[in-house]
Amino acid sequence: MKTKSNLEGVLEAGHFAVTGEIGPPASADPEVIRRKAKMLKGYIDAFNVTDGQTAVVRMSSWAACLIGKEEGLDPIVQMTCRDRNRIALQMDILGAAALGINNILCLTGDHQKFGNHPMAKGVFDLDSIQFLKVVKDMRDEKKFQCGDEMAVEPNLFTGAAANPFADPFEFRVIRLAKKVAAGADFIQTQIVYNMDKFAEWMKRVCDRGLHEKVKILAGVAPIKSVGAARYMKTKVPGMDVPDSIIERLRGVPKERVSKEGIKLCVDIINQVRQIKGVAGIHLMAIEWEETVPEIIEAAGLLPRP
Amino acid sequence: MLISEQKPLEEILNYLDGEKNIFLIGCKGCAEGCESGGEKQVLEMKHTLEGQSKSVTGFSLIDMVCNETLTRMKLKTHQKEMKAADSILVLTCGIGVQTVAGVTDKVVHPGCNTLSSGGAHAEWKEAERCLECGDCMLDFTGGICPIARCSKHLLNGPCGGSQGGKCEVDPSIPCAWQLIIERLTKLGQLDKLEKIVAPKNWSVSLIAGPPVKRGL
Repeated sequence: MKTKSNLEGVLEAGHFAVTGEIGPPASADPEVIRRKAKMLKGYIDAFNVTDGQTAVVRMSSWAACLIGKEEGLDPIVQMTCRDRNRIALQMDILGAAALGINNILCLTGDHQKFGNHPMAKGVFDLDSIQFLKVVKDMRDEKKFQCGDEMAVEPNLFTGAAANPFADPFEFRVIRLAKKVAAGADFIQTQIVYNMDKFAEWMKRVCDRGLHEKVKILAGVAPIKSVGAARYMKTKVPGMDVPDSIIERLRGVPKERVSKEGIKLCVDIINQVRQIKGVAGIHLMAIEWEETVPEIIEAAGLLPRP
Repeated sequence: MLISEQKPLEEILNYLDGEKNIFLIGCKGCAEGCESGGEKQVLEMKHTLEGQSKSVTGFSLIDMVCNETLTRMKLKTHQKEMKAADSILVLTCGIGVQTVAGVTDKVVHPGCNTLSSGGAHAEWKEAERCLECGDCMLDFTGGICPIARCSKHLLNGPCGGSQGGKCEVDPSIPCAWQLIIERLTKLGQLDKLEKIVAPKNWSVSLIAGPPVKRGL
């Protein structure tokens, strides 16, 4: 064990891991986090808090992580390179670790153009791979990016994202290999709806032996409506929603679509569990956290270790 | 005038490692004015490389390398010498390097760093091609600039928003990394991208460094 992370402990013990996600509020209300955390407790091993997802201003990830930790959950702080240069990133890493946050997810970040402040100056001083290396060097070498040394290192179980559905497909495994070499301990993937493509990507990941060096959690999410599926297919960058998914939801009466969306999510979990190299799931029930217990139970993933 | 200066020789020789035959390109526009890639510097570079047991298959001095039509025409007269070369070393601003990469299928190395546009830009009408970062990265990206052409200035490959060859920010923008990967695949050099590129030194760039006078 490198860290005090519950997630690391679960993965190291060989359990099929479950992480969840809490979207922080666009307000200073801590109750939103507490309410969502209570829904997830007992059903997940750790939870992410997004960091200004889609470049919309929301409560900072580390602050929301701390509120969730007070509710007894293991937080994963998400941090993007969009809003912070290497100085700010390293300061927030020290701060998050000092507050008892044991996991970090290092991201490049959605472009500011998508958010509610499209006129903002994007930072992008580092990219996600350089950022991973900075976190690893701080933890394992006690060194800042400039080479200066520190007395107490941040002990963070370090994660990264991977999108098997982005282009060019041939490069996606190389990019994963770079993230592993840079210091990723775990990976959370983009939401899987295109099972064939995900399986092919995982095959290439295993061919390169990467599944033995990094814990890969497949991204999954329930779909609430046909409209939501169409939106993800056409409007969300990097998403791949095959027509068969939309057809399945359209094939049931309107009042049963959300139930079918949950069932579909459980089916996908059962399928990714069968794929070699998949060490767990990352369940993103965005603004639909109340479905998490039902999904985790139906997928036979209870009790959590 | 675009202000450029020659890269340190050590860096250039590092680019040329494992290559024997080199074709040189200089520019009789800005690079000559800056004494970074005019006739004198090209001849000096020829001499230096020959001293390092390289063979210079030939060289071309073009009035404005940033003029794609002119460069294409001029290089047609050097086809044999270029064919015999393992790579092309371009002693111009970043725009010139990208022009050459755009008209040949040869490996292209930048020989200069672009420090400033000095108040005016070279010819490349449809898009920005050089952000005056002061530490030209075009060597490992196949002559396509990830600083000027990737919306997030990424140095280690495409983000998760690259789909169908387009940038997530705007479908009218090609994904620079898709272009880079295609070109390096064509050149048989995709393995160049396996290496982790370290954080960039932005202190020498015009967009993030101090507003000091650069060059000339």
